[in-house]
Amino acid sequence: MNIADLELSVTAMPTRFPLSRGTATAGEWESAALAIAENHGRLVTIWASQKRNGQFVVSAVYDIENGELLWLDLPILKKEAKYPDISSLFPAATRMQRAIKDLLGIDADGASDKRPWLSHGAWPEDYFPLRNENTGKEKSSQVQVDDYQFVTVAGEGVHEIAVGPVHAGIIEPGHFRFSVVGEKTLRLEERLGYTHKGVDRAFQDFSAVEGYRLAGRMSGDSTVAYSWSYCMSLENIWKWRVPTRALWLRAVALERERVGNHLGDLGAIGNDAGFAFGLSQFMRLREDWLRLNKSVFGHRLMMDYVLPGGVVGDIDPEGLLQIRKQCDEIEIEVHTLQGIYDDHSGLQDRFLTAGTVPKELAVRLGLIGLAGRASGVAHDVRVNAAAEPYSELAVNISVREGGDVAARVDVRFDEVFESLRLIRYLVENLPSGSNRKEAAPRNSSGSSAGWIEGWRGGIFTALDVDSTGQILRCHVHDPSWQNWPVIEHAVIGDIVPDFPLINKSFNLSYSGHDR
Amino acid sequence: MSRAFSQLISILTPILLAPLLLGWVNQMRAWLSNRRGPGVLQPYRMLHKLFNKDSVMADTASSLFRFAPYAVFGSMLLANAIIPTLSTDLPLASAADAIALVGLFALARIFISLAAMDIGTAFGTLGARREMLVGFLAEPALLTVLFSASLIGQSTALPTIVEAVAHKHFAIYPSLVFAGMAFILVFLAENARVPVDNPATHLELTMIHEAMILEYSGRHLALMEWAASLKLFAYSTLGIALFLPWGIGQKATPSSLLLALPSLALKLALIGIVLALVETFSAKLRIFRVPEFLATAFLLGVIGMLTHILLGA
Repeated sequence: MNIADLELSVTAMPTRFPLSRGTATAGEWESAALAIAENHGRLVTIWASQKRNGQFVVSAVYDIENGELLWLDLPILKKEAKYPDISSLFPAATRMQRAIKDLLGIDADGASDKRPWLSHGAWPEDYFPLRNENTGKEKSSQVQVDDYQFVTVAGEGVHEIAVGPVHAGIIEPGHFRFSVVGEKTLRLEERLGYTHKGVDRAFQDFSAVEGYRLAGRMSGDSTVAYSWSYCMSLENIWKWRVPTRALWLRAVALERERVGNHLGDLGAIGNDAGFAFGLSQFMRLREDWLRLNKSVFGHRLMMDYVLPGGVVGDIDPEGLLQIRKQCDEIEIEVHTLQGIYDDHSGLQDRFLTAGTVPKELAVRLGLIGLAGRASGVAHDVRVNAAAEPYSELAVNISVREGGDVAARVDVRFDEVFESLRLIRYLVENLPSGSNRKEAAPRNSSGSSAGWIEGWRGGIFTALDVDSTGQILRCHVHDPSWQNWPVIEHAVIGDIVPDFPLINKSFNLSYSGHDR
Repeated sequence: MSRAFSQLISILTPILLAPLLLGWVNQMRAWLSNRRGPGVLQPYRMLHKLFNKDSVMADTASSLFRFAPYAVFGSMLLANAIIPTLSTDLPLASAADAIALVGLFALARIFISLAAMDIGTAFGTLGARREMLVGFLAEPALLTVLFSASLIGQSTALPTIVEAVAHKHFAIYPSLVFAGMAFILVFLAENARVPVDNPATHLELTMIHEAMILEYSGRHLALMEWAASLKLFAYSTLGIALFLPWGIGQKATPSSLLLALPSLALKLALIGIVLALVETFSAKLRIFRVPEFLATAFLLGVIGMLTHILLGA
């Protein structure tokens, strides 16, 4: 399918990946969504904003076909404050639309689920933090935690298990409501939003050059991907040409972030299956990995390493050598551990068939990123919308068809090896030049987007800045929005004690999702 | 030396040494996964900490919830008192035999499960339900193990069995090999160890034993934890009494105690190492594999008994 087939007036944007943008009427909004859904397009994100003049705009970004993005804006009248629902076509839109309602008070007309999502009753029903008349910092005197209506399951012997938001371990908060018969899960319903920080509103207090710092703190384990995604959108607006060396260094950092997270997850997945040996070994490797981050990039998670125009510091030949050497060492160890995981009958018994997401379901629900690739959805921003330097790297995408925990483990192993290969290539062929563009912030207004494959999946940023260099609106989208609802389906029919393992195999972000 | 003293020693030893055994197992597990570990004394520090904390009670808790830790601790203490650990000369042992021992474990299980359900949280009930699943399968398996051994001693009294195996005449009993294998499986299941349960887990949805004591705090939790280590100790010494009884004294004389104590320590250390190895090498079973696991134990126990009846050994 081509964007031209949609018969909308769109213009191609000068971004580093294929992106067209257009304004739609309510009718076009619906027909475009229908046409895209019928042609197996994907919803990337949907958000809303209020312009300075009070005008509401709902925006959606679709992945039309293999990385070809379409950004549609739908201006709506303030007195109407509603727009046509697309969640019947794209199930992933449901929670995004509910979040729009909570933050801006505009309704998805015709949506079947209109419960609040991010708002837990901590602010009044008629208060909308993203509206112009509010600052988002008002304190509400009548905080009333709402009685959230979970969907109930009735039947002989059915009962509910409520888990969280406070857990027995030290993890992020989220509530999970299981309806079970004995040990069998009939239904799971998630309730998230406990780490809602009002990041969207907080962006408006930042200047555009500083915003990368906030973006890099939305989900700490993906800080490089977040800040790169932000910087990419700002560099697109200001038409900055980032030095090639800086882009390559960003890629080194991004791949190191991916490896670091995969190492931690592989250990944690083993541990959740009762195999503590796996955790200790992988955590040891991860620790070595993070320590080198600290000495070479200045921060264990490489926070604030990527900034508009390039990266904070260059890496000297000694540092490059250390990175290269560590790749070789880790590769040998991970190979050994992969052998142990693969040959361990007890582990494989837990991994295989647990939390299966068949490809058909993954496509229908819009599962993306790592979890998507484990369910046969061959999508990776580094491949499908490869911006420099990935356009030169020819990333080998890892796709498995199983869709179960074992498949997600396999994809992680594949991606560790692939990222090690990429890092070695990047540091060996690192172009010379500057690590940062020395330029004063421009004072041109505009909006643009960034799209980077974080370790969970594509992180999309839509940024709007004014001519004084202030952020008007910044929407950063975490792939967890798409993937959280899929877990509700993945656990159906599985037993309750398998849930932590299944959940860990996805390891989605709470903070990035709750914003 | 009086028999009362012998009995006293065999009660005090478990109370004092049970946390050490647990600490040893945890330390071994840490070493086996390249960690430094908290040291073998960690369970004592834990108990000290818990006894100095206030006990917080849920509003919905009944007196059963309050009473259960004492009942569980008491049962475990009595169980330890009737197992010949250092000498077979135990006054209490004639009052309770191997079947009563299984009964004591069942009594503790009933109290801990009832207390878990008493508060009315989902996790307590979930843990109690799973505990009952494990328990009702483990008990018959344990009984077959004990019957195999008692067929040799022609008695269900534990001191008699020990004397028959250790002191009568040296012989190899094939039935005990099967019973021993069955016992290891029951041991893992009953003490909430990997692969059946994971004592180190923080995942509330996967817990069995930990889920049941999730609502306990302060001294109640301390008693529950201590009782759990006493149970581990009781199972270890029971295993020693049935399968490695050499070294257990017949009379509680100072000289026999001098021999019995080091041999007990050595055997417990070995059991700790084996347990840590098993736990390091295994992943946790899916909960519905646990019945298969315990059915295997039962089968091995029955084979042990049949072997004795058919071969007369």
